[in-house]
Amino acid sequence: MTSHLGLMLVFAALVSCTFAVLSRDGVRDQAWFATRLFGAFVGAAYVLGWLLYPLPL
Amino acid sequence: MSPPAGRVSPPTQALIICAAAWAVPGAGHLWLGRAQKGISLLVLLTVMFAFGLWIEGRLFPFEFADPLVGLAALADLGMGLPYFVAKAFGAGVGRAVAVTYEYGNTFVIVAGLLNMLAVLDAYDISQGRK
Repeated sequence: MTSHLGLMLVFAALVSCTFAVLSRDGVRDQAWFATRLFGAFVGAAYVLGWLLYPLPL
Repeated sequence: MSPPAGRVSPPTQALIICAAAWAVPGAGHLWLGRAQKGISLLVLLTVMFAFGLWIEGRLFPFEFADPLVGLAALADLGMGLPYFVAKAFGAGVGRAVAVTYEYGNTFVIVAGLLNMLAVLDAYDISQGRK
């Protein structure tokens, strides 16, 4: 496993699930929170990646 | 089913719960009757830690001459018993030239930090705050 994207997805999934387990009660709430957090992690990574793409100028 | 919030554990018992939660990820929650959370934390954090070691992450030495190395070692130690097991088996040597070295470090460090967060969560539950 050497894909940067793959590693980022694994990391985001594990961290999202852990935060969801710690901050929400009930499997349903946890699953929904983890899904949203995972999406936010991946979305932020894409946005930041594209914003940094032109650097260094 | 979780026990009702608001039940306060005595200070000594709370300390023992925190120690157990640190030593074995999720043990504090299991102790407090939050089985689903405890088992989830045990699986998630152990997988994260093991995955980090598998992709050539390093267990940092306690060298505070380089503050970042020392802080990383403290974060690694947050994982509890799995940290010592990994050390005993010679894992976590880290291979700096491996393409996944930095990623592995990130996985291992964050697993330790998340376990510290789980310890604090277990403490809050033991004090009836959650």
